[in-house]
Amino acid sequence: MNTASSDLLTLVLGIFGVLILASAIGYVLQRRFAATGPNAAVDNLNARIKAWWVMVILIGIAFIAGRVGVLILFAFCSFAALREFITLINTRRADHWALASAFFIVLPIQYYLLWTKQYGIFAIFIPVYAFLLMPIISVLRGDTERFLLRIAEVQWALMICVFCVSHVPALLTLSIPGYEGRNVLLIAFLVIVVQLSDVLQYVWGKLFGRTKIAPNLSPSKTVEGFVGGVISATLIGASLSWITPFTPFQAGVLAFIITLMGFFGGLVMSAIKRDRGVKDWGNLIEGHGGLIDRLDSVVFSAPIFFHIVRYWWSLS
Amino acid sequence: MKIMIAEFAAAAFVLFARAITAVRAIWPEHGLPSRPCVYFANHSSHGDFVLVWAVLPPRLRKLARPVAGAEYWLKSKISTFIGRDVFNAVLIEREREKRTQDPIALMTSAIDDGSSLILFPEGTRNLTDARLLPFKSGLFHLVSARPDVELVPVWINNLNRVMPKGEIVPIPLICTVTFGDAMRIMANEDKDAFLERMQSALLALAPKPLGTGE
Repeated sequence: MNTASSDLLTLVLGIFGVLILASAIGYVLQRRFAATGPNAAVDNLNARIKAWWVMVILIGIAFIAGRVGVLILFAFCSFAALREFITLINTRRADHWALASAFFIVLPIQYYLLWTKQYGIFAIFIPVYAFLLMPIISVLRGDTERFLLRIAEVQWALMICVFCVSHVPALLTLSIPGYEGRNVLLIAFLVIVVQLSDVLQYVWGKLFGRTKIAPNLSPSKTVEGFVGGVISATLIGASLSWITPFTPFQAGVLAFIITLMGFFGGLVMSAIKRDRGVKDWGNLIEGHGGLIDRLDSVVFSAPIFFHIVRYWWSLS
Repeated sequence: MKIMIAEFAAAAFVLFARAITAVRAIWPEHGLPSRPCVYFANHSSHGDFVLVWAVLPPRLRKLARPVAGAEYWLKSKISTFIGRDVFNAVLIEREREKRTQDPIALMTSAIDDGSSLILFPEGTRNLTDARLLPFKSGLFHLVSARPDVELVPVWINNLNRVMPKGEIVPIPLICTVTFGDAMRIMANEDKDAFLERMQSALLALAPKPLGTGE
């Protein structure tokens, strides 16, 4: 067994340990507070923990399957996220072909470019080609009603759901001296730090939350949760430096940036939900809502993390 | 052999519909009737009954037969196979002058055989901006003949955006199918009052339009 897969194994066992602990706590809470009747908060917590098991196992399977598995997993995430996003935006019949090409042409090409490791075009395909070609497809039908709004929303959907999400598997294309064959652990680092930061903000907020941080956007987010979550996720990030090419200090700084981006990403995506008048993006993940509800912080941190690592560590 | 292909095709339709629309059912407070009943839904796409069919629990799905226009489904060999064998549709002739069989008689005999019906009382696909077209009288004549049968309103949301009229490529969008509580015709209820009550029960299930805030 090489070091990448033995580190991965240690990591997976560690995550299973955390999940077993979480399930045990959920069980105790269930017995104490929800034994006689349903308790919405406890039931939601347990649904969330159950969904975490499924998500961890799916990601684990993708990691074992290697590059193909990771690409397929995130291509599927892009597809499901794009579906949730487009469901909520203003589209008209004239956008039909533009939307069909977003799903069936732009999305597959973006992941194909990753598969063939053509970084130069991967990085500009959606910001340049899709950006210019999608409004052309829409304009051909001659429907000008709310035109700017419609094309802007489709471009935003593609940037968030395809472009940003694809920067998670893009970490596999970096070549970092002394870190060959271990890139999948960079994905693990990013996903673990972002998601733990979300979970820890939720836990700190539930335990000590008093002051709302953004009452108009996300009534459940508190200053105490934010500070506690960011500090603890940064420390966890630093302690995970053994799976990365970074020193503990560097890992901590990167984890800090990731958690900040993730937090503000969550706020931005909440604002969009408020604007559209919905509570969740969908219902794909029991207890969490839609896939975007789980992915919002990854979406905002992945491209920044990718480019920082690429700029300072990678040769390609 | 034919039955096997039909069952396989039915499963494929359901799988495809689910993959594209990630369709989710929202059940009524008191659950669905376990006895055969009439599901009546808004109609904006050819895929409507597939979605209703796909979300029904398997036990109820086996009983459910869509009511569809014979003119449309008997056009070609393939569509006849899909209509008759795959979905076991009750095919009725919509044009009054050319009818050889009474649609109400076909529907009541399906109910008497223990089937449920999936019915679109607007009579045709709604391609207008109105949320619902006025109901045709068929639903009333049906329950006049079988007053005990329960009626379940079903609102299908978003499918018209997945595949608008004249398009051939479906766009993946999330659809929901909302079932309401079962109703019956009331004693001495006249046609207009009954149809009015059914229309408002169905409209009550429709979600608010997007972007209108909370």
